[in-house]
Amino acid sequence: MILLQAPFLNLQALLDGVMVGSIFALVAYGMALVWGVMNIINVAQGEYVILGGYITFGIYKLGVSPIYGMPFSFLFLFILGYILYRLIVFRVVDKDMFISILATFGISIMIQQFMNMFFGSQVETALTGLGTIFFFDGNITIALVKVFSFVISILGAIAVIYFMRVSKLGRAIRATAQNPRAARILGVDTEKVYAYTYAINAGLCGLAGSLVAMTYTLHPYIGLPYTVRSFMIVIIAGLGNIPGVLVSGLGLGAIEEFSAYLIGSEFRIGVIFSLLVIILVYRSKKLAKKREYLK
Amino acid sequence: MNKIQKLILVLLSSITLLFSSVSTSFAKVEGDTITLGSAISLTGKYATNGEHTQRGYDLGVKIINDAGGVKVGGKKYKLAVKYYDDESNSAKAAALAQRLIEQDGIQYMLGPYGSGLTIAIAPVTEKFGVPMVEANGASRALFTKGYKYLFAVLNSADQYLNSAVDLMATKKKGATVALAFEQDSFSLDVKLGVMDRIKAHGMKVVIDDALPKELNDMTATLQKVKALKPDLLVVSGHSKGAMTAIKQMTDLKVDVSMLAMTHCDAAAINKNLGGGGEYAICAAQWHKSLSYEDEFFGSGKDYAKLFESIYKYDPPYQAAESSAALLVFKSAFEKANSFDKDKVRDALAKTDMKTFYGGIKFNKSGQNTSKPMVLFQVQDGKNAVVAPVKWAEAKLIYPIPKWADRK
Amino acid sequence: MLSDKKELSGITLIILFGVLSPILFPNYRIQLSELWIFMVFASTWNIQGGKMGYNSFGNIIFFGLGMYLCASTQIAYAFDLAEWTAAGGVKTFVHTASQYFIGLPLGLIIAGLVPALIAGFLGSLILGLRGHYFAICTLGIGIAAGEFATSVSIWGGGQGMTVPVWPKVDGQDLDFLGGGMNFFYTLSFLLFVSTFFTLRWLFSTRFGLILTAIRDNEDKAEAMGIPTMRYKVTGWVFSAFFMGIAGGIYGNINGYIEPTEVAFAGATFGVYMVLMTILGGKGTLWGPIIGALVFQVFKEFFWTFFLGWQLVALGFLIIVIVVFFPEGIMGWLRQKKPAWFGEVVDSKARLAQVKINTND
Repeated sequence: MILLQAPFLNLQALLDGVMVGSIFALVAYGMALVWGVMNIINVAQGEYVILGGYITFGIYKLGVSPIYGMPFSFLFLFILGYILYRLIVFRVVDKDMFISILATFGISIMIQQFMNMFFGSQVETALTGLGTIFFFDGNITIALVKVFSFVISILGAIAVIYFMRVSKLGRAIRATAQNPRAARILGVDTEKVYAYTYAINAGLCGLAGSLVAMTYTLHPYIGLPYTVRSFMIVIIAGLGNIPGVLVSGLGLGAIEEFSAYLIGSEFRIGVIFSLLVIILVYRSKKLAKKREYLK
Repeated sequence: MNKIQKLILVLLSSITLLFSSVSTSFAKVEGDTITLGSAISLTGKYATNGEHTQRGYDLGVKIINDAGGVKVGGKKYKLAVKYYDDESNSAKAAALAQRLIEQDGIQYMLGPYGSGLTIAIAPVTEKFGVPMVEANGASRALFTKGYKYLFAVLNSADQYLNSAVDLMATKKKGATVALAFEQDSFSLDVKLGVMDRIKAHGMKVVIDDALPKELNDMTATLQKVKALKPDLLVVSGHSKGAMTAIKQMTDLKVDVSMLAMTHCDAAAINKNLGGGGEYAICAAQWHKSLSYEDEFFGSGKDYAKLFESIYKYDPPYQAAESSAALLVFKSAFEKANSFDKDKVRDALAKTDMKTFYGGIKFNKSGQNTSKPMVLFQVQDGKNAVVAPVKWAEAKLIYPIPKWADRK
Repeated sequence: MLSDKKELSGITLIILFGVLSPILFPNYRIQLSELWIFMVFASTWNIQGGKMGYNSFGNIIFFGLGMYLCASTQIAYAFDLAEWTAAGGVKTFVHTASQYFIGLPLGLIIAGLVPALIAGFLGSLILGLRGHYFAICTLGIGIAAGEFATSVSIWGGGQGMTVPVWPKVDGQDLDFLGGGMNFFYTLSFLLFVSTFFTLRWLFSTRFGLILTAIRDNEDKAEAMGIPTMRYKVTGWVFSAFFMGIAGGIYGNINGYIEPTEVAFAGATFGVYMVLMTILGGKGTLWGPIIGALVFQVFKEFFWTFFLGWQLVALGFLIIVIVVFFPEGIMGWLRQKKPAWFGEVVDSKARLAQVKINTND
């Protein structure tokens, strides 16, 4: 089996997996934010990512290096997220979470179609011109663009975490997450908090999308894998566990990569989901012994 | 009548109204227009090629109408196509085919994009005895079910990359091969053809990876290629697969002696990837430099010029074969001199014509046996035909220069 | 819920529509068959999502499983299944009438029973999860099922599987009940009718009450000594049974089974079943039915008239349903016309409740 024959491939798989996972971790962090603060599962997450990618691609088409597209992607999606919140999402915030799932699903379908109409349906990618580095005598190969994505994802996550700690809005967001009513009583404008949280999430997705455009390829209809994976990462980490989300994201990337070697790429998604189901069932059984259940 | 009865009655009557108003407004031939039907992927994962296909159909219709149209029974008719969006979804494609035939009264169909969707629609057109000329469904399975109403102008999928494997065999005995195939009907059929040739030449398969449908990353496969160093890498994953392969091979500096792929020109790898697509060998149903001609489009180059003037890009073969489908229908209508679908079907079966796309002659199963697949290699940003040798305009560059040696 | 008279007239209308529509609208038999199947989707989903409060995204797995099992049985009864699907279905086989008409009912029975058994087993594992976790878990299973089906080569893998065609006699379609389309239309209608009456009975028994109790407060129900797990699982078994048979029928109507788009079609049917139920009003018996009807009409409308924009229209419709009609049409009706539901509203008493007299 190849992983045994070529042992350095294990390290390679780990590195590749972690780098792939970093982008998902960023998206998952945004998902965790929105879920934790507003109790909404944003099914349009993947579409925000791809849209962010297209913005960067647009910048690239103008002849500029796509790296400069990152702030534009973040900003565009931030504003879009804010607008969508004020138009649609605010109506479902206080309702059953299930309703919000369907509402954001509706948004995701509409965005997909708009992207298809606006950007066309061919596969696109943005070239950064970043090269390749080799280690261990050429046995380990790393695409620099992936390293770049990794670094940006981590920096982006750290920036948001720092923002949450330090800024007034950040504290307001955390307060609202803990107890919306209490926050309101203390004078926090929860509607504003929600809007900005949703916007920050969209912005993060946009940033992640920018990385996707540079590292992979874009197509209007490939947003779903990002939604799904960020979903699962948050579940596996457990809601509210922010550092856990980032670690789980990286871990998931690694597991996916290894399973591509071990069982074949066609099973990747199936494996992850089975993993998810097993973890959930195991956790609930453990709690059931104590006559409790997963919240 | 009490209220809830009224409500349900209102609902039911509006449904009735809806259904009846939509029914027979699109009969097969109305006035001086012959309407063909087509379920096409305007959205969804096949949207790119669905678009190329639709444009090909539209161009075919335009050229024929501009040249006077179709002559049946002494009268001239224009062609038109009614499209529905199948969203790249098989269930939808089958449902839309039913709708076109049952509700819109369509009697002649143009195929959808892709083997999967054509496989889904074929049972429907067969059931209703509606002749379908398809230009984009290459799966072998279409030709083994005894369908009488299906006619395909393109070569079947299992022929796509055979000549690439044969080429490899001429360059090196006992070569090693790495395979990366998506798990859809088309790619798996390509694989069947490739495996046949691999066995025949005694080559060895060292990597056999399946790419998931939601493919965005084939790093694992490429790392294996770097570790095991096969001579030939074969990738089939539609446009996304082709683009991802080139991009990641560039990023990871993966060296192989020969790279054979499908759908490269639809992904425009010669242009969009900063030179990364150089030296890749691609399967094509058609290339503009081939010297086929006909009286409508002229030569392949004329077709390409016309297409580019309207749509602003070089036509991939998906568009060309779609245009050819209209030429086939025109010839069949005129030969049958009738609109009866069975007479048209019989005329289709007897097709034997030369078009800018190539020769078209259907065998008993509806396959076109009069045209070979071509291979081209990306050389200097251009697609140059390298096989079959008879049509080749350039020599194959083998082996692919190592990344370290490329400028 | 609905008063008896209204319900009777509703049932009569549905039956009339069911019997007459294939005659009146022969060109729409596919859409009509789909309509009955959609009603089964929504009605069975309602057991979990509506009555029990367990939003399931995984009911589609029973549909897909039933589809594959039915077709496999139909094929395997007369031929070798592996050969049928080998190499993308290269070989052709033709069923005789007797093979077909024994294989089909056999297939439908298996399509109903096996998913039911699986629901029993799977349910005992995952119905312990609550709320969002259950939803996500079922979503995971739904997606994983589709992906795994893509790699099951005996079912054709990614290339899918063609379903046996309606038998021909002397080159012409066998004229039993007017041909294949009528036959399967009738089957879908009968399936819906049996689902409806089964559920109507089920909801009127203590079982229905317990489901509602679980939705309202599961802990209290358990504290009262109700073995909730048993009831939850049984509910799922019922859903699985009808969904499985629906899958078998739909596979035959479509003629071709594709793992993620036709069988385990989570992104389309899986979502539709939820939408239809919410649109009509979850938790009620008639809600899913009305919801399925309205949804199907809108869907066909969009695809005909909004070509290219149909998905935008659908997305918009979803948002509208979800934001403005979360209680569904039934809920909205209930507010406007409580009399239809046999509820008597004493308006004076109600107003008195609402007004707070502040003349202290």
